[in-house]
Amino acid sequence: MTAGQMPRWADYILMPAINVAAAFFVSGLVVLAIGENPIDAVRILVWGAFGWNEGIGFTLFYATNFIFTGLAVAVAFHASLFNIGGEGQAYIGGLGVAFACLALDRFVPWWVTLPFAVAGAAAFGAAWAYIPAVLQAKRGSHVVITTIMFNFIAASLMVYLLVNVMAKEGSMQPETRTFEEGGRLPLLDTILPGVDFGSAPANLSFVLALLACVFTWVLIWRTKLGYEIRTFGANQTAAIYAGISPVRITVITMLISGAMAGMMAVNEIMGSQHRLLIEFVSGYGFVGIAVALMGRSHPLGILFAALLFGMLYQGGAELAFEMPAITRDMIVVIQALVILFAGALEHMFRPALIKLFGVLSAPATRPA
Amino acid sequence: MSEQLAIELEGIDKRFGAVQANKDINLKVKKGSIHGIVGENGAGKSTLMSILYGFYHADGGEIRVDGKTVTIASSQAAIALGIGMVHQHFMLVDNFTVLENVILGAEGGARLSEGIGRARAELKRLEADYDLKVDPDAITGDLPVGLQQRVEILKALFRGADILILDEPTGVLTPPEADHLFRILRVLRDEGKTVLLITHKLREIMAVTDEVSVMRRGEMVATRETSKTSMGELAELMVGRRVLLDVEKTPAQPGAPLLSVEGLNVRDARGVDVVKDVSFEVRAGEIVGIAGVSGNGQSELLEAIAGIRPARSGIVTIDGTRIDLAAARRDPAEIRSYGLAHVPEDRHRMGLVTRFHEYENAILGYHRDPACGRGAFLDLDAIRATARAGIEKYDIRPPDCSLKTANFSGGNQQKIVLAREIERDPAVLLVGQPTRGVDIGAIEFIHKRLVALRDAGKAVLLVSVELDEVRALADRVLVMFDGRVVGERAPETAESELGLLMAGATQEAAE
Repeated sequence: MTAGQMPRWADYILMPAINVAAAFFVSGLVVLAIGENPIDAVRILVWGAFGWNEGIGFTLFYATNFIFTGLAVAVAFHASLFNIGGEGQAYIGGLGVAFACLALDRFVPWWVTLPFAVAGAAAFGAAWAYIPAVLQAKRGSHVVITTIMFNFIAASLMVYLLVNVMAKEGSMQPETRTFEEGGRLPLLDTILPGVDFGSAPANLSFVLALLACVFTWVLIWRTKLGYEIRTFGANQTAAIYAGISPVRITVITMLISGAMAGMMAVNEIMGSQHRLLIEFVSGYGFVGIAVALMGRSHPLGILFAALLFGMLYQGGAELAFEMPAITRDMIVVIQALVILFAGALEHMFRPALIKLFGVLSAPATRPA
Repeated sequence: MSEQLAIELEGIDKRFGAVQANKDINLKVKKGSIHGIVGENGAGKSTLMSILYGFYHADGGEIRVDGKTVTIASSQAAIALGIGMVHQHFMLVDNFTVLENVILGAEGGARLSEGIGRARAELKRLEADYDLKVDPDAITGDLPVGLQQRVEILKALFRGADILILDEPTGVLTPPEADHLFRILRVLRDEGKTVLLITHKLREIMAVTDEVSVMRRGEMVATRETSKTSMGELAELMVGRRVLLDVEKTPAQPGAPLLSVEGLNVRDARGVDVVKDVSFEVRAGEIVGIAGVSGNGQSELLEAIAGIRPARSGIVTIDGTRIDLAAARRDPAEIRSYGLAHVPEDRHRMGLVTRFHEYENAILGYHRDPACGRGAFLDLDAIRATARAGIEKYDIRPPDCSLKTANFSGGNQQKIVLAREIERDPAVLLVGQPTRGVDIGAIEFIHKRLVALRDAGKAVLLVSVELDEVRALADRVLVMFDGRVVGERAPETAESELGLLMAGATQEAAE
């Protein structure tokens, strides 16, 4: 049947745009309900995120986190695996970054430390995804359940390590010592001439995130492994018929997914905090699910979705500051509405849009 | 037979984008008759029935049920009008009992026990009236497909259907199962029900219908009384030209064995032995057909040889390479590399990823070949070129390798699989149900390809539930019953004799 088709650009751009617009419309009603002007609110939000240099810097910083966690979810999605463990994998990934930085920061410049930090983040994140992956592949324990559980295990483990093992000598803070220069990534505005992001922590990790997008695109659509991942995700029986081992693909995909999530820690730990501390992931792993849904598991879509969520984080903070009636909680409501419309209600507008395209393309004659 | 009309369609139009699926369709179905609708895949039969059942809305035209003009906005509306549908792919919950499936959606109130009690009594009545015997407490997924289909029919009757639409009902049935279905349909008709039978199998039309309408490319081209027409005329109407229902081929010239199977035993997930000590060989330049009622181990046999299903024991030799199926880690890719190609029985479930572009399916299972790209990468240009060559050679329509595979018709999808498997020049080809759900024109083409492969000195193992097909194509026929090969016959052997073997007659006689 040819019914139910839309052009690809509509699927990748128009659909998300409509969803976001709907989310903003409902958010506007909420703002209206608490007696503020929604137009002003939108202006402050957008200006806060993109209107001034420091705002842009913060938006890019948050977006970097979302790109990594979004890609993590997307890679797994392509194999029909739902990795909800990005939160825990990113958290454990922080260990890998910290080990590299703590070991090297006093002896070498940052660019020597960086590859070790990235490898450490990826390896630790992947390792944390490995156990759920094997349990799924060999025992059939659903990754949704196990990865959620592993988020809690990661949280407990990190508290234990940071309080009992890695805490700075003589300090009551559950965090490691601060890294020296060799464990700190340069800020973006120090690399880019003529740009000043003020106090914003946007750093070199943003470039790493862009590279991760390219890597993911090549992996999924241009490699044999990506082909196997997509085949497995779309039709497991056909995958087995084609000689693709379900165990192998499940494990490999989850390793890549975990590695992506783990690399988020490079941005937070080596790029901004310069020390390993508890709860630095603070929900980025979970929001990554919404980013992947909204970005339709495509790296380019994820880049835009991550920028949108970065905007909501940064602009939202400005909004809470400028309009005292709109509290932090209100910002969370707006973010939740975006997630709701982009993720959960994704199919609400689709049938109408398909119908519209059906009407539009009807007069065009195509050879049957 | 009364001259009252159960269904009258007038000027039905339906368009999907640029495709006109139904064009000014007129149809009159008499009450208390079995009315067949034939046509090639993509002729618009299923679309028309979907309109009648409320899945689609017609762009224009009028529907009259029992003489009254109606609008059928949903399947609920269709059910309320007494229209029931048995889908080609069953809409049953596998792990429900038969009874639970029958009342699904018609539970009759919040308390399940009442509905179940009433349904049980109703099922008993239906069973008595229409000879529709099914154990109401059996788990549906455990039943053979023939019985599952009966559950679907019961479901429709339970909802008070007077008009029953069956969409390709025999696609999954064996000849005896199909015969039983036809008996049921005749009883239904004699009890005053109206039956609409959608099929592309002319034999069935001749066997069971009172009237038949032929569709071609979205149009209703003719309606005939079945007793006053012939298969030849109907086939001609369907395709617009005369087709050969027989396969032209020269006598086989078998060479050395290319595929040999020794002592194959397969146990399925439920712990039932489904293939029992099967041994045979297929020589170069011959087609060996496996006949049998479906569910007697043929599917499992194919899957075990291809390495998809684990075997308990068995040695398979492919073009000189010995594989111990019990010892080897099952790896279809490895077995494929020894020169075995496999056209699986179910192209949707196994042979294709319907969500993929056509060219992506053209390499399924061969994607690790250097021809598909060096090292870890895919060479999309080379892959598309291969796909285009296949499209050209197999006349796959529409000829666009970037189209989503789901958008091709059944026959063209099957050609995509055949092109992929045959064009790699395998030594051995396993083919399961090569023409299931495929239109006549494509059947002819596919049969010719298989014979050409044989003539090129390859070994072909054919499994089909269509006895006609096995007899027409095979040079030798093996009959499987209850997991064993119970006999080997020449394809010219009388259908009745093969039928007895397929029913396990010799075994019973021996015991």
